[in-house]
Amino acid sequence: MLEAYPDNRLALILLWSFCALVLAFLMLPTLVVVPLSFSASDFLEFPPRAYSLRWYENFFGSATWMAGLRTSLILGTLTATVAVPLALLACISMNRLGGKAAATIQGVLLTPSVVPGILLAIGLFFVLAAQRLVGTLFGVLVGHVVLAIPVACIVLLPALARFDWNQVQAARSLGANWPRAIGGIIVPQLQISLLSATLMAFLTSLDESVISIFVASGQNSTLPKLMFLSLRDQIDPTIAAISTLWTVIVLVAVLIVSLRQKS
Amino acid sequence: MTVLADPALAADARRERRFFLSLSLPALFIVGLAAILPILWIIRQSFLTTAGEYTVGNYEKVLSSGLTWSALVTTLELSLATLAICILLGTPLALALASARPRVANLLMAFVMLPLWTSILVRTYGWLVLLRRDGLINSALTGSGLTAEPLPLVYNFTGTLIGMVHYMLPLFLLPVYAAMRDIDANLVRASASMGATLGQTIRTVILPLSAGGIFSGSIIVFIYTIGFFITPAVLGGGKVNPLSTRIERTLSTFQDWGSASVLGILLLILMALVGMMFLAARRLIAGHKVDTAHA
Repeated sequence: MLEAYPDNRLALILLWSFCALVLAFLMLPTLVVVPLSFSASDFLEFPPRAYSLRWYENFFGSATWMAGLRTSLILGTLTATVAVPLALLACISMNRLGGKAAATIQGVLLTPSVVPGILLAIGLFFVLAAQRLVGTLFGVLVGHVVLAIPVACIVLLPALARFDWNQVQAARSLGANWPRAIGGIIVPQLQISLLSATLMAFLTSLDESVISIFVASGQNSTLPKLMFLSLRDQIDPTIAAISTLWTVIVLVAVLIVSLRQKS
Repeated sequence: MTVLADPALAADARRERRFFLSLSLPALFIVGLAAILPILWIIRQSFLTTAGEYTVGNYEKVLSSGLTWSALVTTLELSLATLAICILLGTPLALALASARPRVANLLMAFVMLPLWTSILVRTYGWLVLLRRDGLINSALTGSGLTAEPLPLVYNFTGTLIGMVHYMLPLFLLPVYAAMRDIDANLVRASASMGATLGQTIRTVILPLSAGGIFSGSIIVFIYTIGFFITPAVLGGGKVNPLSTRIERTLSTFQDWGSASVLGILLLILMALVGMMFLAARRLIAGHKVDTAHA
């Protein structure tokens, strides 16, 4: 766009140096954690004088961290399992209804992503407290499901818009009932988008921290909740190891989604 | 919708519509249960004493406390400062990305997206490691003799602001970048060939045409930062207390559900006010555009 200004070299060099600094600012906190996680020292040294895997051993050897990891993985799987089918049905509904009805449904489904997490968290805490369900896996699960539904819809709605609905009508006129038409025609054709939606729903749950902090407790504490509590108290290099593993897992998942969508 | 003359067909269409409507009921039900009911419950709880009796005492208590007003001020200060820095850092970055070749731009966008895909706790930890008294930045500064004493970079307003800008910048950048990429390069060329300097072109062509993107980015920044919890809770070190951390402390430390609910409602009202301000501003901008189109 700025190639119309070939003479303003100095301005362009300044602009690009500024960009390099901003990009460095964006990358810095994620990258700085990686070498620290391999440090052999108890203190923060950069670059570390000696390397070891002791913080990784610490993580995998700790019953508390392992329970948190287990809870987070179970919760992520359950969230994706519940949220994606619900999102698919809602997207079919919005796709077919169109107009005002679809806009209203979308508005309601998007509420959880607009309301501040802290409000959802304390509200859910009150509701669950009244039913004596605080600290249960169920309580965190419903919170994560409502956050994952809009994320799944963002992936599934455009995919359905490209889908040729005549195929379903053909199947219906040949005698297929609705479950058969949805399971036999829509699901196989949206396979890739459904896989992306599942991964995104899983990541949404894995990454969620505020609801977990308020609603999860004891054995059902998620990894982000444990990390938050530990960050507040001291700086434990075990968190550097967890952070590195975490980032690698998320990057692999994102890569899978983006490569799948391209092919 | 086609007009169906046959009443039997019309009844069929109505039945089908009802069926499609019913498909979204499970999702709507769970959103109602886990998002809308909780918000309503906060309103209910704000009028209850610990014994469960009706009262307006929570409101009197919270609104007469100086802590509440300082929390409101802190919330607005954090949001406005984050927004200002995002505009200052994000707009030039978006301009450079939009003027780069597509291949380069895509690669650089991957760098922008990386933090977006990193857990907020991982990033907060990274900032702690960098900004603490014995952290990397302070060791580098004192080690090289630039400063004699370590600078107070974290567990205060500065640290919280750095963390929040880092979180919001990619989200601000996305709509601005999209708007700038859509600008017709011929307009810039035309402006250059008519003798406008680079600065004039940016001011009179590029910025007005990307105002919509900057506006959307600003809404996103405001909506997110007003309720931000993790960053002030960790990087603020107890010294920076916007509404969100005040809510948490009232609930967890003081077990005062009623007051926590009132603070929650203040947060909701603040969000609604900011939302309405943005809507009004958008209408004003849209109206202005119609005026210039007629002129």
